[in-house]
Amino acid sequence: MNSEAFLLLLILLPFAGSTLAALLPANARNTEAWLSGCVMIIAFAIVVYLYPSVSEGEVLRNNIEWLPGSDLNFTLRMDGFAWMFSMLITGIGFLVVLYARYYMDPEDPVPRFFSFLLAFAGAMQGVVIAGNLILLAIFWELTSIFSFLLIGYWHHNAAARDGARMSLIITGTGGLCLLAGLVLIGYIAGSYDLDVVLATGNTIREHELYVPVLVLILLGALTKSAQFPFHFWLPNAMAAPTPVSAYLHSATMVKAGVFLLTRLWPVLSGTNEWFLLLGFAGMSSLLLGAYFAIFQQDLKGLLAYSTISHLGLITTLLSFGSPLAAVAAIFHMLNHATFKASLFMAAGIIDHEAGTRDMRKLSGLFSYMPITATLAMVASAAMAGVPLLNGFLSKEMFFSETLGQHSGSMLDSILPYAATIASAFSVTYSIRFIHTVFFGPKPLELPREPHEPPHWMRRPIEFLVLACLIIGIIPGITIGPYLHTAVTSVLHEHTPLYSLAVWHGINTPLIMSMTALIGGALLYLVLQNYLAQSEDGPPGIRQFKGQRIFERLLVALSWRWARWMEETFGTQRLQPQLFLVIFIALIAGSWPFLEMNSGFSLAATAGIDPVFALLWGVGAACALGAAYQAKYHRLAALILMGGAGLVTCVTFVWFSAPDLAVTQLLVEIVTTVLILLGLRWLPKRQEQVDNATTPISWTRRVRDFVLAVSCGSGMTFIAYNIMTHAELSESIAEFFLERAYSEGGGNNVVNVILVDFRGFDTLGEITVLGIVALTVYALLRRFRPAPDSIEVPEQQRIQNDFDDRHPDRKIGETVHDYLMIPAVLMQWMFPFIILLAVYFFLRGHDLPGGGFAAGITLAIGLLLQYLASGTRWVEDHLRILPIRWIGFGLLLAALTGMGSWLFGFPFLTSHSTYLEIPLLGKIPVATALFFDLGVLLLVVGATALMLIAIAHQSIRSHRARAIEPAKTKEDS
Amino acid sequence: MELVLSLSIGILAGSGVWLLLRPRTYQVIIGLGLLSYAVNLFIFSVGRLVMGRPPITQAGAQIDPAAFADPVPQALVLTAIVIGFATTALFLVILLASRGLTGTDHVDGKEPDR
Repeated sequence: MNSEAFLLLLILLPFAGSTLAALLPANARNTEAWLSGCVMIIAFAIVVYLYPSVSEGEVLRNNIEWLPGSDLNFTLRMDGFAWMFSMLITGIGFLVVLYARYYMDPEDPVPRFFSFLLAFAGAMQGVVIAGNLILLAIFWELTSIFSFLLIGYWHHNAAARDGARMSLIITGTGGLCLLAGLVLIGYIAGSYDLDVVLATGNTIREHELYVPVLVLILLGALTKSAQFPFHFWLPNAMAAPTPVSAYLHSATMVKAGVFLLTRLWPVLSGTNEWFLLLGFAGMSSLLLGAYFAIFQQDLKGLLAYSTISHLGLITTLLSFGSPLAAVAAIFHMLNHATFKASLFMAAGIIDHEAGTRDMRKLSGLFSYMPITATLAMVASAAMAGVPLLNGFLSKEMFFSETLGQHSGSMLDSILPYAATIASAFSVTYSIRFIHTVFFGPKPLELPREPHEPPHWMRRPIEFLVLACLIIGIIPGITIGPYLHTAVTSVLHEHTPLYSLAVWHGINTPLIMSMTALIGGALLYLVLQNYLAQSEDGPPGIRQFKGQRIFERLLVALSWRWARWMEETFGTQRLQPQLFLVIFIALIAGSWPFLEMNSGFSLAATAGIDPVFALLWGVGAACALGAAYQAKYHRLAALILMGGAGLVTCVTFVWFSAPDLAVTQLLVEIVTTVLILLGLRWLPKRQEQVDNATTPISWTRRVRDFVLAVSCGSGMTFIAYNIMTHAELSESIAEFFLERAYSEGGGNNVVNVILVDFRGFDTLGEITVLGIVALTVYALLRRFRPAPDSIEVPEQQRIQNDFDDRHPDRKIGETVHDYLMIPAVLMQWMFPFIILLAVYFFLRGHDLPGGGFAAGITLAIGLLLQYLASGTRWVEDHLRILPIRWIGFGLLLAALTGMGSWLFGFPFLTSHSTYLEIPLLGKIPVATALFFDLGVLLLVVGATALMLIAIAHQSIRSHRARAIEPAKTKEDS
Repeated sequence: MELVLSLSIGILAGSGVWLLLRPRTYQVIIGLGLLSYAVNLFIFSVGRLVMGRPPITQAGAQIDPAAFADPVPQALVLTAIVIGFATTALFLVILLASRGLTGTDHVDGKEPDR
């Protein structure tokens, strides 16, 4: 296999493992651990395998085209720096999995844990080896999401939920800023490809958008790396299981920020803005983090603030902009990951074995767990920067860098002192960590009797601590070559000469180091007694918590201000909303005409057919009458609307659209019947006619009237101008007309368009129709009529009264006999209507008709039976299963479309031929005919389902009325 | 002819808009019906008005596109008619259900405060 495939595998493997892990049973702790461990170790092996080519300075690439037109490609790219991070992700990932196997409780739902952990590893790997800026942003956000899920793993715990939410909001918002910044970079550089961007550093630094770009990128990076003032999410993220803290919140995810800053270091660094912004954030985090860490009572809290401080150190180094500082930054990323991950694991062991992480309760554990204690001591010595450990080396490099000149301002003279003080603080908290937990009197009130953890749980720590020692003692031959590979891939020709030797002679950095060690130890002696009983948090500014400010802001933003906005600008009333929608539509529609000086010429008024004018005189009267009557007389309004519909139908006939006319007529019938059925549940007239003549209601009406008239005139104006405008010389109509027969096998062009050329649209449309029918059906299943409509309709009451008054008649007879003769006629018509439907269907491809028309005709046939004979009679004699019709219709249409796949054509390609059938003669058979049959079935089903559902309500309500006094819950 | 039809489209649209802005659900449903006639006719009229030339070709004959009405707006309107029916049906049922639930046929589900 070549390196390209391996790069892809590095991403795919963890995600595939994650999917698999999610599917395992809840108690499969060992299987999960084996699976995750294998994934990590294979990925680790791949990374190791890739080293020879990376070390030669080669940049491995795998470019998979995604949206090449928009310069968005799935590009993976690995250079020395990405390689170093990949080693961290997979190597520490493996150790964390091993540790987590023993850390997780058998009761915990492990599939979720390992699945998220693997997915996180994949996302992080993606951030590191993404070769396209947008792809990087996607993986970046994925790490935020998986971090959220992992922090909230114990979601029964409120602290876990809050911490997870906070980290997601902060890192997610930062991610959005980052995306904006990366898009700007892509805009300036002309490409999102990382290699192109890295080569255009000068252009970007000199561009006028440099400062916005810098601010946005820094927002992304600093939120991710928990730098001041966005640092407060990290201590809250400590509610996560400890393996997560060790992996995400010390070794990998929080490093993503500084990773990105290093990655873009050649592009963005070296300016004054870069130094000031980044230096301020870095120094503040370095000092404040270390200071806060001293006063934590929670072990993990101490480590979290220490992480903020160490990341601040890296950020400060990066802010200097000198190549040597960049080397130190990269080196410290590596060192911090090793000692901090091991310390987190040690803290997890203490928590696991002693049952608490509170340093006020822990004490004298050395005698219970000597090995763990020794390991933790070495790791915290590395954290404190004690010589012969890896932390010392990078800290020395940091000290010597702070001595240089950076901006020529007062900051330069402060820097060395600030660095020494921060380092002293870090000595203090490291001593505190060890001294409080492992020494002193034997612990009282511990929830559990502490003892050494299982053998294998300690192995990851042993390994990492060994690394701290080896790197610290013989750095040149152990880490040297790898660090050099990483450094050269970032700095290229600017790679400085640097020395990893332990002993540089007595120089200023060494004196600073010694001062810090002694000062830190003294500070601890001073504070020791205070710390033993103090509250959590630093004295004086304990109340001033980033977390509380964040929560206040969140409440203000998402609740108070949102409420205020909603109350001030929102409305729940439909009328103002509709008014605005229509008003804006009117403005948008008229806008172009205001600039155009097109007059309203009456050129074409000559050829008016008086019949047509009269017809529309009636149509317009119907429309206006419906508008007037809709409030007071619903039935009249319905009839008038139907009148306008009929005139529309005649218009279609008049102007050569027979298909439209047929469909319009049939739909008109169905709509009218449907609304008639609905009218049963509405009072016939609006009972109280309120002639509200308050000034407000008058103004409102006048306003609405003006809007309605404006819209009407606007439509007239546009329609007239379009119609009198000369026909377009070129139109897609020609395409359809010319090919309807030769390619679609039908002469009725409209039908061929619907079932063949634009068959996919029709498939969508009938799907919508089916969904609507099912929705109507579902809504009506639980239908409760308004109380005033439950009674038997007036007409039936009169008829029953009539029966009541005549002794020779039984109640219900008149209702039963009502419309007897039309009923017989309608029953006799049924077969003919079916025949008509078949006729419409078969001729549809060549002559007006088609699946829609045929479907509605058939539905009307059924409907007439319901009207004539009553629901019960029809359902006794005829079994109609409309939902099945819908299902089969949709299935047939879709299968016809898929059928073309069998012959290697795209979806819905149709084929046509002619078939000789006795008696009927030669009829066209296109596959489109089957599609049209599907349309027919669905239309019948949908229409019948809606009509029957609403017709059924009148039977149900009788029953409901009978049962309701007995307080029985009815259901149909 | 064009003048008559465009005036009619205007009247249908105006009546429809007026009804859409009214407070009773039934008014809105009738308004939607009228508005959909107006819009359907408008889309149809974009293909220009021709008489006696339906878009139905003769098999095998040479096809002159100018001899037929434009089939594209017709196909669009045919779809629109059917979808319009579906919307009306859905809206009608929501109207009924809403009246059953709230006891009023005001579009907001409650009578306005006076």
